Amino acid sequence: MRFLELFRDQSPPSASKAKERLQIIVAREGRNSALSSDYLQRMQRELLDVVRKYVAIEQDHIKVNLDREGNCEVLEVNITLPDPSSGRPLHHTKLRGR
Amino acid sequence: MARVIVVTSGKGGVGKTTTSASFAAGLALRDFKTVVIDFDVGLRNLDLIMGCERRVVYDFVNVINGEANLNQALIKDKRLSNLYILPASQTRDKEALTHEGVEIVIEELKKRFDYIICDSPAGIEHGAHIAMYFADDALVTTNPEVSSVRDSDRILGLIASRSRRAINNEEPVQELLVLTRYDSERVERGDMLALDDVLEILGIPLLGVIPESQTVLLASNEGVPVILNERSDAGHAYADMVARYLGEERPHRFLTHRKNFLRRMFGG
Repeated sequence: MRFLELFRDQSPPSASKAKERLQIIVAREGRNSALSSDYLQRMQRELLDVVRKYVAIEQDHIKVNLDREGNCEVLEVNITLPDPSSGRPLHHTKLRGR
Repeated sequence: MARVIVVTSGKGGVGKTTTSASFAAGLALRDFKTVVIDFDVGLRNLDLIMGCERRVVYDFVNVINGEANLNQALIKDKRLSNLYILPASQTRDKEALTHEGVEIVIEELKKRFDYIICDSPAGIEHGAHIAMYFADDALVTTNPEVSSVRDSDRILGLIASRSRRAINNEEPVQELLVLTRYDSERVERGDMLALDDVLEILGIPLLGVIPESQTVLLASNEGVPVILNERSDAGHAYADMVARYLGEERPHRFLTHRKNFLRRMFGG
C-alpha cells in the first residue's frame, strides 16, 4: 500500500507545524493566559479594596506585576502598609507566586 | 423558555452567516419558532444568504430607534412558516446598536420565539460584543486554519469575560465548536489541521463538522440556506448539527475521506 509515498518528500506535514505554532500563540495570548486580559488592573483594584477594609492605603501603595521567567508566569503583589503611628508607609508585604 | 444563540468567530469569512442561516432554518424545520438576526451593521448579508434581500423595508436599527415596530421589520421566510429574519441596517454608524436598544428587542423576541439566532459580525469590536452579549449559547465557527483558530480563542476569551452571563456571575455561556470548510482529504495528507488538533487547542465541545463543499456557494448564489439542499453533504452536516443541538445522538460524518482503490494504492 502507498508505495509511492516512499518517493515523496519526507518533511513533517505542515498541519503539525500549524498545531505547534497555535499551541504556543494561544498559550501566550489566549483566554487562559494572564497576559492576555485586563485582569491585572481589575485584580489590583479589588486587592486595594480588600486591603483598604483593614488598613488605610493609597492607590500607589499596591503594585501588581506579572513577569515571565522561562515557561513560568510570575505574579508579584507588592503592598506597602503605612506606619501605624505616623501614617507614613513603612512595612512592605510582598507576595510572590507562580 | 427562549434561547439566544450567537454564531461568532472573530475572523471573517469562515462561515458565520452560512451557519446562522442553516442553523435557523434547521430549527424551523423542527417546528421551532425561530428568528435570525443580522448584527453586521453596515455590511448586511444575511438577507442575501436567506434570499429575502428584496423584501427588506425596515431593519434592526429602525426598530431600535423607534422608526418601525418589530412586526414591520421581521421578514417571514417564504419556505418555512416558522422562520423569520431581522435584517441589519446599512447605516455606517457602527454604534447604532445600543445595549439598551438591543436588550429591548431581544426581550420582546423572547416572548414570541423559541430560538433567537444572532449572526455576529467579524472582529472583536462593538458589533461582535453586542451580538454575543445576550447569548445563552455560542456557536464558535472555525476553519481548520491557524488564523481562524487563534481568533476563535480570542472570541472565547471575550465570551467568558464580557458576556451578560459572565458579568452577572450566572451559569456561563455554553460554547460549542462548529468546524467549517473541513477537507478530510487534506487532513489525511497532513496539509490541514485535524478536528482533534482544533479541539485540543480550543478546548470546547464539538457541535458539528461541516465539510468543504461546492454546494455552499451554489446555495448562496440562489439565496437558499444550504441545509435545505437535500443533496448537499454540507446540508446534511448542518441537519446533524441541529439534531445534536436538540439533544439527539448523531455520529460525526465527513471526518474521513473515502478513497477509491487506485488512489488508495498510489496515494494522493
